[in-house]
Amino acid sequence: MLRLTCPHCGVTAEETELHPGGEAHLVRAGPGASDEAFEAWLFARRNPMGVHFERWRHVHGCGKWFIAARHTVTLEVFGTYPAQTKAPPAELIARIRDKVPDWEGWPAGGALRGADGEGTEGGKA
Amino acid sequence: MKGYSAWSLIREGLRHHLGWGRAWGSPEPRRRYEVVIVGAGGHGLATAYYLARNHGITDIAVLEKGWLGGGNTGRNTTIIRSNYLHDPSAAIYEKARQLYEDLSQELDFNIMFSPRGVMMLAQTEHEKRVWQRVAHANVLQGIDTRFIGPEEVKRRVPIINIDGPRYPVLGALWQPRGGTARHDAVAWGYARALDRMGVHIIENCEVTGIRTEGGKVVGVDTGKGPIDCGKLALVVAGHSSRLAEMAGFRLPMESVTLQAFVSEPVKPMLDVVVMANTVHGYISQSDKGELVIGGGTDGYVNYTQRGAFHHVEETVTALVETFPVIGRMRLMRQWGGIVDVTGDRSPILSKTPVENLYVNCGWGTGGFKAIPGSGWAMAELVATGEPGALAEPFALSRFREGRFIDESVAAGVAH
Ligand SMILES: Cc1cc2nc3c(=O)[nH]c(=O)nc-3n(C[C@H](O)[C@H](O)[C@H](O)COP(=O)(O)OP(=O)(O)OC[C@H]3O[C@@H](n4cnc5c(N)ncnc54)[C@H](O)[C@@H]3O)c2cc1C
Ligand SMILES: [Zn+2]
Repeated sequence: MLRLTCPHCGVTAEETELHPGGEAHLVRAGPGASDEAFEAWLFARRNPMGVHFERWRHVHGCGKWFIAARHTVTLEVFGTYPAQTKAPPAELIARIRDKVPDWEGWPAGGALRGADGEGTEGGKA
Repeated sequence: MKGYSAWSLIREGLRHHLGWGRAWGSPEPRRRYEVVIVGAGGHGLATAYYLARNHGITDIAVLEKGWLGGGNTGRNTTIIRSNYLHDPSAAIYEKARQLYEDLSQELDFNIMFSPRGVMMLAQTEHEKRVWQRVAHANVLQGIDTRFIGPEEVKRRVPIINIDGPRYPVLGALWQPRGGTARHDAVAWGYARALDRMGVHIIENCEVTGIRTEGGKVVGVDTGKGPIDCGKLALVVAGHSSRLAEMAGFRLPMESVTLQAFVSEPVKPMLDVVVMANTVHGYISQSDKGELVIGGGTDGYVNYTQRGAFHHVEETVTALVETFPVIGRMRLMRQWGGIVDVTGDRSPILSKTPVENLYVNCGWGTGGFKAIPGSGWAMAELVATGEPGALAEPFALSRFREGRFIDESVAAGVAH
């Protein structure tokens, strides 16, 4: 069972006390953005086999949103931090780089296109 | 390679079964194929099969990183039904269900299709109305389903507890020609038929890169060296985002783990498939007597093929409440598969930003039932370069245009 520490109230909770909220640090397209950019923000996902930054909500606790950095194959949790940030803390990035030498780093995959072929800023803060 | 028949069974029975040949070979890859398909799950194999059968293309390699059928095709709970709400889904799932009806004869391989009937319980007022609506939609789509009351549920499934304390059974959506099939046999049957048509199935051959020139796909890099191709089809379920990344685009999809379990074998006690979506559990009894039980999906990206432990408890709670008689049975095995869940919970059969590169993915928690229909539609797309009527609604462009096919097919139960 996945256990995450809520950075707001400090409680270490099992996943049943939390609710997952999908990929973190997606930046909303617009106003005036193209349909392609809006589609990419809504639907295109990195879905990595490796380090993933994702939103969680401490639903059965303090109720607040936070972000967890987690490995999607080993399930190792590298750390959590409040959701009110645009990028992961530098100290956490350094820690992940130490543990996962072949990690592509932050921000990740900025050059990828959305499914439509248009350039997107997917994954960037 | 010999055909299978009652006579060959008798003959081999008398010879201690020493004379059965291998059902498919293990060829060395050629340098180039007209079509390369990545992924030898049911959908990849069926795509190859209908390319050969319907479009006369046999210069095909199906590349598989592990063993064929070792992905979700060999891990699912084998429920087959076509009682979907929206027309595009009903069309492709019903096409598949109809092809399943005589697939054993077609492939000369017993896939054990068992149209024993699928029952989807209504355990809240809301669910009851939803199933009634689906039953009405199915009438218009020409799919044989109907809404049945709690008495008929009890008559068809005597072990069910229809007046449970939390969620009494208020009725069910009943599809009499839904059922199950043997999942491995579907993969094996297609593989054997492909081998006989000269199509190469290359196992232990992982695709590690996709080569393009001027926006066109020209080949793949594999563990067995580079292979060139005219056209490329990615049919890799939970690994689709990885392959798309190799080709330089991103998909509207996340990969999560879905779990299943089987119990110890017992005497026949359940001769239909029962799905209880409100309490999250579905159940059928295999020919060996085991109860085959499907559970929940994780809500976060997970590539482990294990799944979260608490789903075991949730699923078992739900089923013991619905079928109190199974309360003392033991579960023998648990496993997970990496399912590919899209933004609208419907599959993708589509062209991509790369020319001559096609994807078939996003079947999520419910694609076993679709294998023949999906292969049929995908073969048409790959052969002609344009989607036919079955595939057209499932194009990637629907996410930009807002033409969602919102079935919740991958809701984590219901398959
Ligand atoms: C527990 C569980 C229960 C389910 N229950 C049902 C059910 O009752 N009814 C139903 O209809 N559906 C069900 N499903 C869903 C169904 O199993 C899938 O939708 C379906 O099997 C997908 O088939 P596929 O051929 O697309 O994928 P897979 O069978 O997963 O095949 C994809 C193949 O691609 C290969 N591959 C991946 N990456 C590479 C690479 N780089 N190079 C080469 N090969 C690669 C994989 O090894 C794999 O063999 C269930 C799924 C699970 C996990
Ligand atoms: Zn908290």
